[in-house]
Amino acid sequence: MKKNITVRYFAGFREHAGLGEEDLSIDAATASDVYEQLKHRHGSSEPQGHCKVAINDEMADWNSPINDGDTVLLFPPVAGG
Amino acid sequence: MRVTDSTIEPEKLRDELLDAAAGAYVGFEGWIRNQNEGQAVLRLEYEVYEPLAIKEGEIVIAEAKAKFPILHAQCVHRSGLLEIGECAVWVGVTSAHRDEAFAACRYIIDQVKVRLPIWKKEHYVEGHSGWVNCERCAEHKDARSAKKVAV
Repeated sequence: MKKNITVRYFAGFREHAGLGEEDLSIDAATASDVYEQLKHRHGSSEPQGHCKVAINDEMADWNSPINDGDTVLLFPPVAGG
Repeated sequence: MRVTDSTIEPEKLRDELLDAAAGAYVGFEGWIRNQNEGQAVLRLEYEVYEPLAIKEGEIVIAEAKAKFPILHAQCVHRSGLLEIGECAVWVGVTSAHRDEAFAACRYIIDQVKVRLPIWKKEHYVEGHSGWVNCERCAEHKDARSAKKVAV
């Protein structure tokens, strides 16, 4: 079943996608599904384990469920400090 | 945990941690250096997703307080464009004795680097630029993920 979600891209993901945010109708059960289905957008060849995901401004796991209306934040490998 | 687009002034931040019960203060400053992996760096740009950087940073500081018997801990990270030599991140910890202050300071900076949604883009002397990819850090040092794997 398709879900209506908002996806936000950061840093290199945003530059590759050419936009910071988009509303999508997507057939995804987990955050991992979102990441895999949007590879053409964020353009990352990184293993998922190198990237992070947040759902509705809470850090999440790749196997976290996706619900209708969620905002999914896709983070490329971080590099603070 | 704070994020700022202004110059970090460690001396002023240190004063926020003063405590008559403290016998030790450990401060860490991360600076912008002029080269990385063989390339001459001109300046650096930090992108910070502030709502979650602050939330996750507060969790890291709370973890440090739970793990080590310290009095106070604080961390400030820069956002925006930084020049060579500028302070990008500061961590300060006070405690009764030095051992726990060193350990807690180390824990906080290590976790901040691999867990907070912060990215840096290096602008090189030769004109191009690139996002720094710290995949080694992401794989090995995230205590939050490690904890989950253990469970």
